[in-house]
Amino acid sequence: MSTDISTFEVMIGLEVHVQLRTRSKMFCACSTAYGASPNTHVCPVCLGYPGTLPAINDEAIRLTVATGLMVGAEISRRSVFDRKSYFYPDMPKNYQISQYDCPLCRGGAVDIVSNGHVRSIRLRRIHLEEDVGKNMHFAHGSGVDFNRAGVPLMEIVTEPDLQSPEEAHAFLVALREILLYAEVSDCNLEEGNLRCDANCSVRPKRCATRGTKTEIKNLNTFKGLLHALRYEVSRQIAILREGGTICQETRRWDAETEMTTVMRSKEEEHDYRYFPEPDLMPVEILQERLTAWRAALPERPADRRQRLMRTYGLPEYDAAVLTADREVADFFEAAARRSARPKAISNWMMTEVLRRLHDGGKTICHAALRPEALAALVDLVERGTVNMPTAKEIFDLLWKEGGNPDDIVRARGWVQVTEETTVRQWVQEALSQHPEAVADFRKGKTAVAKFLIGHVMRLSQGKADPKLTARLIENALQEQINSE
Amino acid sequence: MIEDLTIRRALDGLARQQWSATDLVEDLLRTIHKRDSEIRAYLWVDEEDAIHQAREADARRARGESGALLGIPLAVKDILNVRDQPCTCASRILEGYRAPYDATAIARLRAEGALLVGRTNMDEFGMGSTTENSAYQITRNPWSHDHVPGGSSGGSAAAVAAGEALAALGSDTGGSVRLPAAFCGCVGLKPSYGRISRYGLTAYASSLDQIGTLTRTVEDAALLLRTMAGYDPRDATSVPAPVPDYVAELNGDLRGLRLGLPQEYFTFGLDPEVESVVRTAAETWCRLGVELIDIRLPHTEYAVAAYYILATAEASANLARFDGVRYGRRAAQPRDLFDLYTRTRAEGFGREVKRRILLGTFVLSSGYYEAYYRAAQKVRTLIRRDFDAAFSQCHALVTPVAPTPAYRIGEKAWDPLRMYLGDIFTVTANLAGLNALALPCGWSSSGLPIALQIIAPAFEEARLLRLGHAFEQARGPWPVARGHPPP
Repeated sequence: MSTDISTFEVMIGLEVHVQLRTRSKMFCACSTAYGASPNTHVCPVCLGYPGTLPAINDEAIRLTVATGLMVGAEISRRSVFDRKSYFYPDMPKNYQISQYDCPLCRGGAVDIVSNGHVRSIRLRRIHLEEDVGKNMHFAHGSGVDFNRAGVPLMEIVTEPDLQSPEEAHAFLVALREILLYAEVSDCNLEEGNLRCDANCSVRPKRCATRGTKTEIKNLNTFKGLLHALRYEVSRQIAILREGGTICQETRRWDAETEMTTVMRSKEEEHDYRYFPEPDLMPVEILQERLTAWRAALPERPADRRQRLMRTYGLPEYDAAVLTADREVADFFEAAARRSARPKAISNWMMTEVLRRLHDGGKTICHAALRPEALAALVDLVERGTVNMPTAKEIFDLLWKEGGNPDDIVRARGWVQVTEETTVRQWVQEALSQHPEAVADFRKGKTAVAKFLIGHVMRLSQGKADPKLTARLIENALQEQINSE
Repeated sequence: MIEDLTIRRALDGLARQQWSATDLVEDLLRTIHKRDSEIRAYLWVDEEDAIHQAREADARRARGESGALLGIPLAVKDILNVRDQPCTCASRILEGYRAPYDATAIARLRAEGALLVGRTNMDEFGMGSTTENSAYQITRNPWSHDHVPGGSSGGSAAAVAAGEALAALGSDTGGSVRLPAAFCGCVGLKPSYGRISRYGLTAYASSLDQIGTLTRTVEDAALLLRTMAGYDPRDATSVPAPVPDYVAELNGDLRGLRLGLPQEYFTFGLDPEVESVVRTAAETWCRLGVELIDIRLPHTEYAVAAYYILATAEASANLARFDGVRYGRRAAQPRDLFDLYTRTRAEGFGREVKRRILLGTFVLSSGYYEAYYRAAQKVRTLIRRDFDAAFSQCHALVTPVAPTPAYRIGEKAWDPLRMYLGDIFTVTANLAGLNALALPCGWSSSGLPIALQIIAPAFEEARLLRLGHAFEQARGPWPVARGHPPP
């Protein structure tokens, strides 16, 4: 489906559910670890047994408030938990403990870059609730895995400030970056740490009234969010173009068919019958705690980007790539502080390091490579001790086994050979083994120079200084021609 | 033997080796055999396990171990979770369910050596004032078998009154300990909200529920409260206030105390016989040097309405978990999820429970919340303020527990509204989080017990019990119902 959307305005608001990084569940002591056998991380409390009561996990409160502080939200001194009632087998009590009209945080904003401009996306609220279990369907019958039931879930709700599916995508990327920075969540999409619902409406430009919105559920990947919203925007515009009306309804995104389909209409919406959770006291956040939490906050990603450009003279692109992941940025800074060439460090990070992290699917803390080793490697190249091809081999070893570059170079005798006499001998040997090269060069095939450099590298086991080798080969070929 | 004992005397006898815990339990089981086929106070007794627990207690005592309640058998209302015992809440929906854990109060009693010998009948999930709403059996008032024992802790009250238990645990959401105590003639204590952890008490209305005791004497109530009271990290609404030695506080010192008689509690359809017995009994304190004054609690008339809105609203959510998915009863061969839910709950819940779930669901519904739930919360605040004002003039209040003595069986079963109005003098203490004590104080002309209620400010249980104890001493011993008319 493709439609020209230029005559329409799009309004998108997101509700992002974030699984918090706590060891235990929101209201009981069960583990939050992912991937255990079904119903092994459960107890009478998170199974909703008669007589059990919730006890608040303080760490979840701290992480939610930390998120609020990171996005400049107002932190409620007093917030209230409520019961949200509806029946579903994945919900042990058939009500969810959530927050209704007194959430932990209100307001705040997240900056995104859209068409080269920075736009501030306002947040409406951030609140805390408990996750539900997972329904499982078998050939005969169904079951529920309650391991996830009761895991702390933070819900971040934006204002409908997002004007395109691409902006929604950019928002989620920026939000994820903040959450990772604050160490609030692992943001692991495969494990369902980040789940998204979107409200979407369109209206003709210069139309004063808002369009009817639909809610799209089940947006659990970045790609899914983007594609679902593109689909939904096109669908709504096509309906309006044909003179139809949009139904207010909840739709589900199907990643297989790449379509949204109706889940329930407005009439079928639940009445959640919210009321204050009588089993819990209101959450009071004392000034001292708030001050301590604020002091422990990390630098915001956007601030860090600016600082990297200032302190290390990095181009904006480098700073953006490096700060996308707090640990990568930490690694970079640890290396850059030990090096006279921060830009060279950045180059290594953006190419070799990030590619390997991506291919290996692991995080930089688990790599054998240490920041001081990378700094030392850059230094070796800088001083001409090793050439680039050797440096890459050393990097490979550092990545796989760790250690430090000086030891590797010493142990393997990989010091670059820069003495002219030695290199000239290799060049002569290469030329004598390939007399045809001279003839080719004479015919104007300059590419043979590269071929000969390669040969010298083989002869020198990669140790010859490439620049020197190139110069000597050039000279030697020229001499041969001149001497004829 | 057991029917004439109190916890205090049983402990003394155990200490002096007059009898063993095994003797007590065997005697208790004999009494249950003798009386319970008629009274039907118990839903479940595991005789073998009871004897086993008693032998263990005797062995502990022989080893020189001590415990404030070592060897004392207790009956427990079938709403409190005791590990490996049933906890049906007198509902079909929890048929076959065994509790996987101990309630905090139970764990504390167990740690002091108490024996948990049986489960007592009740109104289903605590919803009722007669124990007629049990899905399993009708319990009879030990003083008159065609009368109800009161509810919802009717099984516990009947067991204590009939000598089938030394003491029993109940729960009180709107009078469920005090009303049956009054109807059966035993001592019913409802502590302040937050005094005893609710962890393990199957919830009816979370902001009102509190574990209470049914005993033969005030001293026994103090003994049990001393063991169960105190903060519990598993219950966020339990209060970290210090726990006085309630037994040591029963020192008879009533100097300077002033008792208030709220006018509003001596009008509303109060049976003249009950009024005169309670007023006469209150005079007892005058003889003990306590001053009696008249007090106003002007918002009393709104209490029952507010109570039934708040309690049912909370109940509608609390009882949502009984869905046949994880435990308890499940409808056979459900066609689909909807069928599983509706049939499980239709078959599992009784009439009164369904009525209250519907009522609670209605008052929380979008568009009605403000008119009902919010308004009821405001009334609750006003009732609290009434009590605050009253307690600035007196140290405690004296009122009747119920407008009448025990009802006949079946008398109110089909008139829920009239039954709800019977809670008028008890719901206020729950709405305001106060502590209250029901004490037998006389007899009706038809031979049924009549009780008075003392209400004290929150966490002033020591004062409440001291006043009750002094009254009890002045009144003299109260008889046990042996199946013949009272003296």
